[in-house]
Amino acid sequence: MISVLGMPLPALLSQLVLGLVNGSFYALLSLGLAVIFGMLNIINFAHGALYMMGAFSAWMLLTWFGVDYFGALLLGPLLVGALGLIIERTMLRRLYRIDHLYGLLLTFGLALIFEGLFRDQFGVSGETYEVPQALTGAVNLGFMVLPKYRVWVVVVSLTVCFLTWFVIEKTRLGSYLRAATENPKLTQAFGVNVPRMVMLTYGFGAALAGLAGVMAAPIFQVSPLMGSNLIIVVFAVVVIGGMGSISGAIFTGLGLGVIEGMAKVFYPEGSATVVFVIMAIVLILRPAGLFGRESS
Amino acid sequence: MNRCTLWMLLLIALGIAAPTVFYPVLLMKILCFAIFASAFNLLLGYTGLLSFGHAAFFGGAAYVTGYLIKDMALPPLVGILAGTLAAAFMGGLVGLLAIRRQGIYFAMITLAMAQMVYFLCLQLPQTGGEDGLQGVPRGSIVGLDLNNDLTLYYVILLFFIAVFALIYRTIHSPFGQILKAIRENEPRAISLGYDVARYKLLAFVLSSGLAGLAGALKVLVFKFATLTDAHWHTSGEVVLMTILGGIGTVFGPAVGATIIVTLESQLADKAGSLVTVIMGFIFVLCVLMFRKGIVGELLELLKGVRPH
Repeated sequence: MISVLGMPLPALLSQLVLGLVNGSFYALLSLGLAVIFGMLNIINFAHGALYMMGAFSAWMLLTWFGVDYFGALLLGPLLVGALGLIIERTMLRRLYRIDHLYGLLLTFGLALIFEGLFRDQFGVSGETYEVPQALTGAVNLGFMVLPKYRVWVVVVSLTVCFLTWFVIEKTRLGSYLRAATENPKLTQAFGVNVPRMVMLTYGFGAALAGLAGVMAAPIFQVSPLMGSNLIIVVFAVVVIGGMGSISGAIFTGLGLGVIEGMAKVFYPEGSATVVFVIMAIVLILRPAGLFGRESS
Repeated sequence: MNRCTLWMLLLIALGIAAPTVFYPVLLMKILCFAIFASAFNLLLGYTGLLSFGHAAFFGGAAYVTGYLIKDMALPPLVGILAGTLAAAFMGGLVGLLAIRRQGIYFAMITLAMAQMVYFLCLQLPQTGGEDGLQGVPRGSIVGLDLNNDLTLYYVILLFFIAVFALIYRTIHSPFGQILKAIRENEPRAISLGYDVARYKLLAFVLSSGLAGLAGALKVLVFKFATLTDAHWHTSGEVVLMTILGGIGTVFGPAVGATIIVTLESQLADKAGSLVTVIMGFIFVLCVLMFRKGIVGELLELLKGVRPH
């Protein structure tokens, strides 16, 4: 058997794929955080809870309404996104004129509410969600066995990330968005409905979290606590990448997922903390983050 | 100043009399969290830094103290002191990193570093993993047997008064004034020639050390240190206590701690996991409706009654 640094190659490769899968979730979530931060200047602490609700929406759609995975892939993000619109409209909107830390605190409170409600309803252990029929099984590549579903997750995530980047950086809508981020007052003076744009941005960020949740449902246990543990790692990812750029969020997310996967092979005890250690190093060497710009 | 001293004396008298009416263990928990929240307020209320990782110092100190008292068989006072110092040291390390960024980033960095401490508490061989440290003996301080709840209560009350006095002095010292200047306008503080980074770090170390003291005392009360102490939920809880009581008020955090701890102990068996939901609602209400907190709003009312 071929081995690299004393590790059998198949084990290494399967951890690499797992790392890419985790990295895809980090990328989707930190992308959502970055989009929301760019427009609203707040860090959405409820992001983990929205991700969790995305996963539960898939489970509920299947168990209660018989909607299959692919239906949930569309409906789940829509539901979570709609919830995001409501949150922005009814609560976040009141906080834009004061210190942005209050936005963080509000969304933290919301995260507690959502998490508590689901824990009350479903307990801590959670539910299982089967991998959809069409995506079960694995492809044997000769040197490794590749589960189809994992490939699917990576491909879909990257496609969505790319589309988001494309829309924001290359289209007219995206240019309005960037203008509104740069200077909301001036953009509004040009006749762009900035408040509505802000609302839709938050909804879109929430929908991205919901999408990640739906895709995570067949891989991880669908549990009320699945988001809260993930979100802190994603925060570290965001600090490492810096919030300056959309593509930065995507690359950092993927890269850190892979690094974490490798840590699981070579130094399992450190796999839980490796992202935080990297964050510390990046803060020492480049406080603004790898892709960030130093702002005032 | 006089009014404040009067309030403090009243509070101390209340503290001395309280165990005749209330259950001492609940009161001790309240005092521990009041110390914790007051220490946190020093940072959020007076320096304008939102740390979302203070549970790391609270829980970290709890583990250090518990380990020293239980496994090293050291006297409780030494354990408490060591726990406090360990928390201050950790605060120095985390603070050095965190003050490199501001605002939201500061909150995220402290949160991430605290999560790292949480994993250390989970994985280190000395901490007992998922179970935590159990059966930490209370021992005795200067000949006083701490196994008596009432004795321990008065010892902790003494600690609380000392911490409160220290924080009060800090806030009203030139150092405290500089912290407030940083909170109000950091660039101006820099242009006035203050080494802002050093002041922030000092405030952070002081705050985390006192948060550690709270955690160390909590170990004596409950005889165990658990992962909950270091979990980010606890970090959130202390933020909630401070906001509910009143950010940047002297008595606010203690008031907030009293309400939240009492509420939690009342609801624990009735509402189960809905306690989290209720905490969340209080959080949202505080942020949306009354950001000054209870003490802050009361002060506002008093101002209205007696115009200057």
